[in-house]
Amino acid sequence: MSAILLARIQFAFTIGFHFLFPAMTLGTTLIILISETLYLAKKDEVYKKITDFLVKLLGLIFVIGAATGIVMEFSFGTNWSGYSRAVGDVFGPILAVEGVIAFFLESVFLGVLLFARDKVSPKVYWLSAFLVFLGGHLSAFWIVVANSWMQTPAGYAINEAGKIALTNFTGAVFNPSTIIRFCHTVMASWITGAVMVAGIAGYYVKKGLHGETARTMLKIGIILFAVTPLLQLATGHIHAIEVINMQPEKAAAYEGHFNTARGVPLYAVGFVDEQNEKTYGIYAPKALSFLYNFDWNSEIKGLNDFPKANWPPVNFVFQVYHIMAGIGILLIALGLLGAYMLWTKKIYENKLYLFILPFLIPLPHIAHETGWIAAEVGRQPWIIYKLMKTSDAASVVVSAGEIVFSLLMFFLIYILLAVMFVKLFLKIVKDGPAA
Amino acid sequence: MENIQNFQILWFFLILILFIGYSLLDGFDLGIGALLPFLGKTKEEKDILINSIGPVWDGNEVWLITGGGALFAAFPHAYATAFSGFYLAMMLVLFALIFRAVSIEFHAYYKAGSGIWEKVFTLGSGLATLLFGIALGNVVYGVPLDNKMEFTGNFFTLFGPVPLIFGITGFAAILLQGATYAVMKTEGELRERAFYAVKILTWVNFVTAIVYFITIAFTFQDILYHWLFYVAILCTLLWLTEILFSIKKKHDSAPFWESSFAFIGLWLAVAAVHFPNLIKASNDQSLNITIYNSSTGLKTLQLMSVIAIIGMPVVVAYTIFVYRIFKGKVKTSDHY
Ligand code: HDD
Ligand code: HEM
Ligand code: HEM
Repeated sequence: MSAILLARIQFAFTIGFHFLFPAMTLGTTLIILISETLYLAKKDEVYKKITDFLVKLLGLIFVIGAATGIVMEFSFGTNWSGYSRAVGDVFGPILAVEGVIAFFLESVFLGVLLFARDKVSPKVYWLSAFLVFLGGHLSAFWIVVANSWMQTPAGYAINEAGKIALTNFTGAVFNPSTIIRFCHTVMASWITGAVMVAGIAGYYVKKGLHGETARTMLKIGIILFAVTPLLQLATGHIHAIEVINMQPEKAAAYEGHFNTARGVPLYAVGFVDEQNEKTYGIYAPKALSFLYNFDWNSEIKGLNDFPKANWPPVNFVFQVYHIMAGIGILLIALGLLGAYMLWTKKIYENKLYLFILPFLIPLPHIAHETGWIAAEVGRQPWIIYKLMKTSDAASVVVSAGEIVFSLLMFFLIYILLAVMFVKLFLKIVKDGPAA
Repeated sequence: MENIQNFQILWFFLILILFIGYSLLDGFDLGIGALLPFLGKTKEEKDILINSIGPVWDGNEVWLITGGGALFAAFPHAYATAFSGFYLAMMLVLFALIFRAVSIEFHAYYKAGSGIWEKVFTLGSGLATLLFGIALGNVVYGVPLDNKMEFTGNFFTLFGPVPLIFGITGFAAILLQGATYAVMKTEGELRERAFYAVKILTWVNFVTAIVYFITIAFTFQDILYHWLFYVAILCTLLWLTEILFSIKKKHDSAPFWESSFAFIGLWLAVAAVHFPNLIKASNDQSLNITIYNSSTGLKTLQLMSVIAIIGMPVVVAYTIFVYRIFKGKVKTSDHY
């Protein structure tokens, strides 16, 4: 295998693993903030118990996110030094700003959340919960900026030396895809947190454990679970329009759409035959055109408008994209069902729904991962869209053998981390909130 | 041109400050890690030691992340050359940092297996510490580079005698940071043992520091004409001497500050010999990667300066605020 392919596998594996944890962090800090705010407002011990329980989980989630995050930060230098040399002007400051503005805030105040419940006043504790929430979301913002700049670069110029030079930082930061990608990613993380908390609480309620605390947790979880997937549909829709405008060949690959046409269908499930340039499956006629600008006959560009060398692997991208969207729709249905039962107060007795809830916990993660894979593989062969090819980005001095070694090690270490994580996660859940 | 040079110089020193901050702060928690089996005899003592760094170690590590990010943003070629050139060594650093991070948490949550995670914590902390010094030694001493700024050596090129001396010196300094921190945070028998460790380690540091300064003087003879080098030597040796007085008087926190200042002396020597280089080329001086040939553009450097000058004081302010919350001795060993 070539060094570049190995480097890509290593990056995909390590970022895919890292990303599981920040997604949980963002969702969990949101619910901690909600519960701690309610505690401050209502002085009801139940909320304090919920916060303390979730803070314990957060400590575990965060440490794995932090440990695997450093790998990502280093990876641009270790594995993508060609890229780093080329984009230091724009990409470097974004990563540095993330450290100064976000990581410090998050990790310094996390120490307070974890260790200082009895050392500080409730207000300072609330403030810490807020700052951890803020720091986490700022860090997501800056990393999404970094990624979005690779998708839709802006705010730069190619100088006389042929180098990428920063001309307008605000333009680079708020490039055409930043805001919507940020909203979509954050909402995805909130879904992840909502389903996780609802799943744990559902398990408690079904087993008759932790009484009022479990029921309140379930209530918070279900309300968020009902609202966030709906909002996600909206942000996903806007995101899709952005992709059709900014990266039309990627959007075409998402739907297996080959020839530019009007009245283009939208697939629910399907299969793309790249050889014969045909797509099979269940579809809604003209729906993609309609969703693009609410005109059933609007024109959507097809893959054939672009050189074949610049196509991503079409069927693969189609499939991962549809897994994400499919899970999105499924979650909307299940979340609304839960909300309905909560409203009619039937949820606490509905054994079947409560039984299913914990098994939903992986679904947002799968949607998250497949969504990112669609976005990143769909961008190929570019590392920076239309500016730099992935094949020019790798470190020239790192050999295939060295990457085989590091990849193998990451694989083993991350499996160990995953096993420990699941084990300790289950232990914390089993111990439960304070009585 | 004048203009950009000022920023390049500024960023040399700002990155130096970030790395110093990292070595002092994460230094004490790495040091606690490496010293754990020697300082803590019972399970309870070990728990106390680990809890003394529990709330702060992650924030300390962000100094490294931010230092790396700043290097990327200010001098991408230095970042790219060092990180890709020292690939396997960097991977070892990463593995060590991963293990020592998760072992702190696993130790707390996983009572049954906490003994294993304590050992992992010690090994991870020790290995990372040693490798940092060796890496620094290499960029200061010089490594083989080609005319595209790429590293041409291999993994074993990195373990020459001079870098090893840097590695051992840094290791000793970080152990002292850890031991003096333990004095500050513990009580009773544990504190006595920490005092004893500080005493031994201070003498060890005298030896390693003197070897380090002599090595630098012999390797880079021009340095003998540089005032900063003498300031560095004085700074380290005087503060080390101070530690001996402070532990006689059983001061709680003074040894930690003195150890930190002695450590800064070691860094000043690096600044004196290394400026304006970032990575020296051992094969040909004209191939050195310097702050002038490896930096980003003026616009990026200006922007970063604004962010650093507004942002870092805020970071330092709230870091102090949080450290004050955790001021004083660690009493109980169960926190979660
Ligand atoms: C819980 C996770 C989750 C769920 C339920 C959804 N998404 Fe998503 N989606 C993501 C998580 C995600 C993501 C992982 O966060 C991505 C990857 C890159 C990005 O910007 O967001 C993403 C990417 C992404 C993209 C590609 C962006 C690009 O190529 O740059 C589009 C068009 C959509 N999404 C649209 C949708 C639609 C129409 C959904 C229907 C409900 C949907 N997403 C549900
Ligand atoms: C937001 C920050 C991110 C940045 C800056 C980033 C950057 C990169 C880089 C440098 C590569 C290597 C070149 C390549 O092979 O394409 C890459 C590839 C990839 N990334 Fe991302 N990425 C980010 C987020 C993510 C996330 C969160 C995921 C997944 C969960 C992800 C999944 C992938 C995958 C699967 C590839 C391999 C694509 C391929 O090789 O075909 N990325 N990305
Ligand atoms: C290639 C891209 C990425 C890089 C370079 C990166 C880098 C890092 C680093 C260095 C840390 C450790 C911070 C600490 O110790 O406190 C970290 C943690 C974190 N990262 Fe990533 N990351 C990447 C992708 C992402 C993505 C896509 C997101 C979210 C959208 C994200 C969100 C976070 C968050 C919230 C944390 C805090 C720790 C945690 O919550 O577990 N990161 N990341």
